[in-house]
Amino acid sequence: MLGKLSWDAIPFHEPIPLITSLVVVLAGAAVAIWVWRKGWWPYLWHEYITSTDHKKIGIMYIALGLLMLVRGFADAIMMRAQQSMAIGASQGYLPPEHYNQIFSAHGTIMIFFVAMPLVIGFMNFVVPLQLGVRDVAFPTMNNVSFWLTGSGALLINISLVVGEFARTGWLGFPPLSEKEFSPGVGVDYYLVALQISGVGTLLTGVNFVTTILKIRAPGMSYLRMPVFCWTSLASNLLIIAAFPVLTVTLGLLMLDRYLDFHFFTNDGGGNSMLYMNLIWVWGHPEVYILILPAFGIFSEVAATFSGKPLFGYRSMVFATMFICIVSFMVWLHHFFTMGAGANINAIFGIASMIIGIPTGVKIYNWLFTMYGGRVRFTVPMHYLIGFMLTFILGGLTGVLLAIPPVDFVVHNTLFLVAHFHHVIIGGVVFGVMAGYTYWFPKAFGFTLHEGLGKAIFWCWFIGFHLAFMPLYVLGFWGATRRMQHIPDPTWAPWLNVALVGAVIIGVGIVLTVVQLLYSIKTRDQRMDVTGDPWDGRTLEWLTLSPPPHYNFAVLPDVHGEEAYWTRKQTAIKQDALIKEPDYQPIEMPLGTPVGVICAFFASVCGFAIIWHIWWLAILGLIGAFAVFVWYAWQDEHEHIIPVEEVRKNARERRRIRMEHLHTLSQST
Amino acid sequence: MTTEAATIGLTHGGSEDTGLGHRGPESKSIVVPYGFWLFVLSDMVLFSALFATYAALSNATDGGPTSNQLFDRNLVAIETIALLMSSFVCGLAMITAKRKNMAWTQIWLLVTGLLGAVFLFIELYEFAKMIGEGAPPQRSAFLSAFFTLVGCHGAHVTAGLLWIGTMMAQIWAKGFQEHIMRRLLCLSVFWHALDIIWVAIFTIVYLIGTLP
Repeated sequence: MLGKLSWDAIPFHEPIPLITSLVVVLAGAAVAIWVWRKGWWPYLWHEYITSTDHKKIGIMYIALGLLMLVRGFADAIMMRAQQSMAIGASQGYLPPEHYNQIFSAHGTIMIFFVAMPLVIGFMNFVVPLQLGVRDVAFPTMNNVSFWLTGSGALLINISLVVGEFARTGWLGFPPLSEKEFSPGVGVDYYLVALQISGVGTLLTGVNFVTTILKIRAPGMSYLRMPVFCWTSLASNLLIIAAFPVLTVTLGLLMLDRYLDFHFFTNDGGGNSMLYMNLIWVWGHPEVYILILPAFGIFSEVAATFSGKPLFGYRSMVFATMFICIVSFMVWLHHFFTMGAGANINAIFGIASMIIGIPTGVKIYNWLFTMYGGRVRFTVPMHYLIGFMLTFILGGLTGVLLAIPPVDFVVHNTLFLVAHFHHVIIGGVVFGVMAGYTYWFPKAFGFTLHEGLGKAIFWCWFIGFHLAFMPLYVLGFWGATRRMQHIPDPTWAPWLNVALVGAVIIGVGIVLTVVQLLYSIKTRDQRMDVTGDPWDGRTLEWLTLSPPPHYNFAVLPDVHGEEAYWTRKQTAIKQDALIKEPDYQPIEMPLGTPVGVICAFFASVCGFAIIWHIWWLAILGLIGAFAVFVWYAWQDEHEHIIPVEEVRKNARERRRIRMEHLHTLSQST
Repeated sequence: MTTEAATIGLTHGGSEDTGLGHRGPESKSIVVPYGFWLFVLSDMVLFSALFATYAALSNATDGGPTSNQLFDRNLVAIETIALLMSSFVCGLAMITAKRKNMAWTQIWLLVTGLLGAVFLFIELYEFAKMIGEGAPPQRSAFLSAFFTLVGCHGAHVTAGLLWIGTMMAQIWAKGFQEHIMRRLLCLSVFWHALDIIWVAIFTIVYLIGTLP
């Protein structure tokens, strides 16, 4: 009846996961009750949970990413503590089977449920605004995408309470992840959660490529799109081309585990190196799916806070698209030691180094954007400069690793761990934090506290270097990654420095929460009444903060590269706005619960598959199909916003903007 | 723009510019099929990964039966004809749908589905026969890859049949509305794409697999 599920699945005898999960469940329940007592559930349900508004969905993605960041960081600090304690005779506080689950969960969560939701969240929030349009191509599908991602995150967190998580690392390499060596449900949790969220990500890719290629404001030709839109395009093209491969790879492993197929097994002619090839054909583009939007954020930040157009816009676009293509030609550098032979290794090593060239072009572009500009050292600008310093070094250690003979020496050591954290924290996390500070006022109508923001930056910057520079040293000394116990006591000082670094990053994360709460409490002091708090250059700053559901009363007519900047300068010079346009009623998509219901059935079905509860899995599938048909049967997916309402809001916005521009023209 | 194009929704609001997008957002009748095309492309990537897997494992028979001993060209030929015919009939259904001819649209869609079912039936018969002969997917990596690649295509055909059934019901209940016509267009894109993938399976799996 319940498959493999029984009371043994709950870790009553292991205090750490039990207490953690109790705390999480109680905290979740407390928040839910608090929201209920405040009477906010109807608001949340209509304005967020069932919303098809790209801005709301973006905010939900970012909230999910930040929430899961806390979970992923908790794993990180536990690992650092264990490695600082379990030296020589001591065994530390985490037994190996638990430690292995923690590093697997850390990697899986940080990539799939922190970095991906954050990056996709920014695309959601920003891209339609920057393109000067009202929504993405498929608003309902967008909501479904989000909830499927949420479903995956839910399953991963359920594994904390019911059963166990994978002990096979974040990519679940076979043959270790085969049934023979990992008979428990841990790997199944991993596989099913990623399959469900992977579908969500793929739909996002389809949605955004269609949006960027087909839905843009009049006059917004390709070479007038802001760089963030270009990098989002590249990133989503990579999603479409790479995520199906992940689906296949994990699917084949599931067939091995559930139906005794022989794709990656040791017997029956299976070939585990096939898995390495397939997973990295997805895995390498994945790192560019994450980093390219971060590059886009930095491009926006650099231009805005230097008060100059982005230097080398076209070279930036070409560099982005070059990376997009070449990122598919380097996957083998993740396993030079497989033994593919010197020639193949050389080709992939050279391709990996070549990809550094367009990245270098970008770095110079940002530097030259700052050069000669009136640079304002705001929080996002701190992240930009910190990013350039950090990322160049991280990139250089990457070039080192791209040399096959060097890779043979340091592969699978802490050197590698240091390298990829160097580029992911220095690149993606800094980018996301810059974007969070930069677009927060657009989302909520007030800016974040500047001083706390700088403190958070310094925590991340100093904390990162303390936490990971020692790992380079240890890596050179031969310390392999994922060690539950440290045999050599001379490594202790370096590991302790790394622990201190992790604690400092933790302070930064706590301060992020403090900053958010404090900024909400004192928001009256930092209201963004004009919709343009940073003197921006792209179209999202044309509308109010927060923007109305339909973003723009009339789609802006775009002339030239910096759509909003050009418009603003003309208005300042003439001390007048453009002639009031002819307002029309606006057709907008209705909210729909279909995403939540889909995700509910996906979660039920996924949980049933993990625990081999087959009747429930079939029930879940039938439920999902029924919802699908029910939704397809609806006729009304849109509602009309009457022209009076549009005109009233637009006139109010014009008045505010006129006042703002008037003060600007007097000050110049 | 012909009247027929108008009836399948090609003139539904917005711009009809399919070029560089200078003229503002495209109409739904362009955006929806475009997005669906992208999804079909991602499906092709999915199959390409399965093809790569099959190519890598096609000789890993682990001492078990080989492709030459298992595949029956005649059976596959009938299967292929059924599927290709089904696509042709799907095209007829699209033409009659553009003319808003309810009876013939339903008939052609039904025939499309029936031919798809014939294809699926032969495939399942082939699978059952192979399993009976001691060649189940658990026997060797080659057979795992074979059953997965061909079975994944079969699963797509099954999904297509469900979709055809749903569309028939929708056309019957709602008539030839614009959004129904867009869905019909997506369905036909999907159905033809399955043909393209089948042609590749036919060549790479069955023809090459039965070379003397």
